Amino acid sequence: MADALTHPDAAEPSRRDFINILATSATVGAAVAVAWPLIDQMNPAADTLALASIEFDLTKVALGQEVTISWRKQPVFVRHRTPAEIARAKADDNASLKDPATDASRVKPGHEEWLIVLASCTHLGCIPTFGGGEYGGWLCPCHGSVYDTAARIRKGPAPKNLYLPDYAFLSDTKVKIG
Amino acid sequence: MSGPSKYEPKTGIERWLDSRLPIIRFGADLLDYPTPRNLNYWWTFGGILSFCLVAQIVTGIVLAMHYDPSGAGAFISVEQHIMRDVNYGWLIRGIHANGASMFFLAVYLHILRGIYYGSYKTPREVLWLLGCIIYVLMMATAFMGYVLPWGQMSFWGAKVITNLLGAIPVVGPGITTLLWGGFAVDDPTLNRFFSLHYLLPFVIAAVVALHVWALHVPGNNNPTGVAVKSKSDTLAFHPYYTVKDGFAVSLFLILFAVFVFFLPDAFLKTDNMIPANPLVTPPHIVPEWYLLPFYAILRAIPDKLMGVLALGGAIACLFALPWLDTSKVRSMRYRPKARIFFFVWIVAALILGWCGSQEPDGQLFPGVTTFNLIDYDLNSVTWISRFAAIYYFAYFLVITPLLSWREKTLPVPDSLYTPVLSHGAATPAGAVAAAEKKG
Repeated sequence: MADALTHPDAAEPSRRDFINILATSATVGAAVAVAWPLIDQMNPAADTLALASIEFDLTKVALGQEVTISWRKQPVFVRHRTPAEIARAKADDNASLKDPATDASRVKPGHEEWLIVLASCTHLGCIPTFGGGEYGGWLCPCHGSVYDTAARIRKGPAPKNLYLPDYAFLSDTKVKIG
Repeated sequence: MSGPSKYEPKTGIERWLDSRLPIIRFGADLLDYPTPRNLNYWWTFGGILSFCLVAQIVTGIVLAMHYDPSGAGAFISVEQHIMRDVNYGWLIRGIHANGASMFFLAVYLHILRGIYYGSYKTPREVLWLLGCIIYVLMMATAFMGYVLPWGQMSFWGAKVITNLLGAIPVVGPGITTLLWGGFAVDDPTLNRFFSLHYLLPFVIAAVVALHVWALHVPGNNNPTGVAVKSKSDTLAFHPYYTVKDGFAVSLFLILFAVFVFFLPDAFLKTDNMIPANPLVTPPHIVPEWYLLPFYAILRAIPDKLMGVLALGGAIACLFALPWLDTSKVRSMRYRPKARIFFFVWIVAALILGWCGSQEPDGQLFPGVTTFNLIDYDLNSVTWISRFAAIYYFAYFLVITPLLSWREKTLPVPDSLYTPVLSHGAATPAGAVAAAEKKG
């Protein structure tokens, strides 16, 4: 190894080449190690992530009514659907859908009158308004996405149906979201 | 800087400093910079924009002394504390808020000047690219500043714009969460936007320094687009253009003052006088006027990713312009066809701006139904946006390259001096005379 520095064949890596590669790699590694905390600090903090699940009393919502509640700072629709709305959603199960889903897959079995969805339009996050659009469901006021009575996307720029949060029925009148 | 420096230190202190930090020489050379003698008033927007940047930074630093970047306190600190209680707070905030619109008005005229007179062409491509970067930084800064009062439009604007990035495949949602610092737009978002809103103007100032540097290597373009050939084509920047720019800034300040003192709310939306509410979207959400054309392009396309790509592409076209337009003639004074297509492009951009301000299901002729095509009736704001957006892109991607290749241009004068001296009388073609009337 002692004669590596004076090796006549230039293509053969020298000790200096090795030191250069080692020093450069160490510097790049250190730069990444320093950059990561500076980037990751922007991600949600532990106290933000710790926001717990919520319980909601469904007796507050009359038939045909809808409330918007806040879960993890996100708006959630709790809609008490009328039989007409459910029938209309089921009738369109086989229609041409952008994000195909049956009405049954949008609700919990035995609780099909309760539609619980994240209220953020899957386009750019505005809250759609019920009663707008030609499918009897929601119209997003920002960019005109139209959802039907199962909150499925039917028209406009949004790519997905309104998202379903994780939730479970604790009883017939109480639901736990999150 | 072009040419040898003419500065001669006169006192002992100046000589001492000149051999250590030649900063006086630097300033003297800037003032003495040889500038084409035929620059018209469209060339004064550089000075106007410098004024705007300084005004925004000075008023912004003062406002930061009184502003509270928390979800609970932001709205009150702006609408009550600064606007009513802080001495002259109403004035300083009025200048800052309206100053953003004035800044964009000036930058759009500056960009249109650059396109009309071919200022992006060789050897000024880097100058043009730096200008495009400044424009993008300005939009980012303005957007984050608009969020700070934490009214309804602030909040929902922030949500919509950050969600735009969520359309990027794979990494998009992660970037959105990174920007929010939570599950939705919330306190952490407001805090970081405040931090970045304070930082970005200084980044803009640095890029402006590069922009001016890149300007001073080839020197200014001019209304004829003919290169400077001799010293007699130029005048010293000071006093000739300091005075011209100064006069233009004064006129611009009159318009600025009209807004600050007589129409302080003209650019504000009433919805932004309602504190941010994450559970209610305002019925009609629109961005500031200077972003409306891009907003209309976004809405014209019924697909999230494609809409966002079109929005980005509309800005990317500006960056690509030096390589899309290969015509040897710089100034549209001598490009009769390019001129017409350019003016139509301005009209298309204005139409897009109007469409962006309308509700998404709006109609051109209320109540009239024609026939449905790709989800929307032809008599809809959506279809008007689509037609205008198609022209917007066609102008850059089809018309400009074709014109570079096919257009029969008018004779270009031998020197930028010729049309100035002749007033059109002794020029070879009537075209130059016609161009003079426009100048």
